[in-house]
Amino acid sequence: MAEKIKNRDAFFNPFSKNNPVVVQVLGICSVLAVTAKLEPAIVMGISVIAVLAFANVIISLLRNTIPTNIRIIVQLVVVAGLVVIVDQLLKAFAYDASKQLSVFIGLIITNCILMGRLEAFAMGNKPWPSFLDGVGNGIGYTIILVIVGFFRELLGSGTLLGYQVFPQSFYDAGYVNNGLMILPPMALIVVACIIWVQRSVNKDLQED
Amino acid sequence: MNKQSNTYTVIYIFVMVVVVGAALALTSLALKPRQQQNIDADKMKQILAAALIEPQKGQIVDTYNDCVTSTFVVNAEGERIDGVDAFTVNVAEQSKLSADSRELPVFEVRTADGATKYILPVYGAGLWGPIWGYVAFNADGATIYGAYFAHQGETPGLGAEIEKPAFSSQFEGKTVFKDGRFKPIAVVKTGQKPLDGEDYVDGISGGTITSKGVGSMLDNCLSPYKAFLKSLNNSNN
Repeated sequence: MAEKIKNRDAFFNPFSKNNPVVVQVLGICSVLAVTAKLEPAIVMGISVIAVLAFANVIISLLRNTIPTNIRIIVQLVVVAGLVVIVDQLLKAFAYDASKQLSVFIGLIITNCILMGRLEAFAMGNKPWPSFLDGVGNGIGYTIILVIVGFFRELLGSGTLLGYQVFPQSFYDAGYVNNGLMILPPMALIVVACIIWVQRSVNKDLQED
Repeated sequence: MNKQSNTYTVIYIFVMVVVVGAALALTSLALKPRQQQNIDADKMKQILAAALIEPQKGQIVDTYNDCVTSTFVVNAEGERIDGVDAFTVNVAEQSKLSADSRELPVFEVRTADGATKYILPVYGAGLWGPIWGYVAFNADGATIYGAYFAHQGETPGLGAEIEKPAFSSQFEGKTVFKDGRFKPIAVVKTGQKPLDGEDYVDGISGGTITSKGVGSMLDNCLSPYKAFLKSLNNSNN
């Protein structure tokens, strides 16, 4: 690697300036799928942080031994192994959440953020910066998931983490939950709104 | 050693697969008992849901042990089969056998007001995958006290609505014996009625195949219980 990336940047850049979801637009399909409620969004976020951080460290440790022509396969095997372990752990310790997430935990394997970080960062950096980069990107992904999940659950079901937020008097006065928020298209629209806000704040991200 | 050589690559892959495989096998073995506990607790929760009992979080097993007074397995003649644990009977496999060779589990539940309910498991096919549920009968063996349905992957908002109380609560109070004949509940299009006077519930608009799946699941899985339910009915009259 020609340029040395500072640990600080590796960790904090993905939060906003180089966010994997709203700037690189990776991992969008899981944002659609798991954000109808806040709780699965948080569990999914934590799972991705764990898988991404460990996959980054493992690949970074192995980076000098991996034969270049099979490096993608090696990355996939490492990611798949970790994802299965996370899935098993969830089934054992957070059964309800794992039932809600069902196949989406397995689909972390195909989350482009993982392959992107492994290929772009872990293959060329030492384990510690790779770990920070993994956690940073995972948190960047989780932030978006939580924001989207927050609005979708609040407006779509009137609850947060399953607790009723809007009092019954609101409903008596004619307030109705917005059923559209539960459906997948609203996840894209909320993500688009976040991108909009973020680009207006960070002028240097705007494209001509 | 040359890292780009074929030998190196093959050995590398081989070692990696063995290591990853061992790690996965180890995790699976270590977590198996806990996962089984969760699966069992979930099944207990579903059985209780059919009897309209909602256990508090973390007390599913206790509530189940309190409420379920006995479990047994009957055959198509309504006679008890000894030596089979009702809880571990695989309803999915049984529902594919012919009616007279099935093992039919029954869960006897005592509700808060002291009444006895009989809960029967059902299993069938929806549009995308399996659907299953539990139907609770009153002690007379004819009227339904409550029902619970679940699915693996029916369309959200359409077929998936069968798991909502709005659908399953329709079954409460329906009867499977009409004029002395055994007719498991029909699921029909909203506004229609079955021709033969069978008790019915409204299906889900837009979830036609799932609704039909529920209907045929009830037919297929409740019919073998006919003799058992009839014997309940007779002993109570």
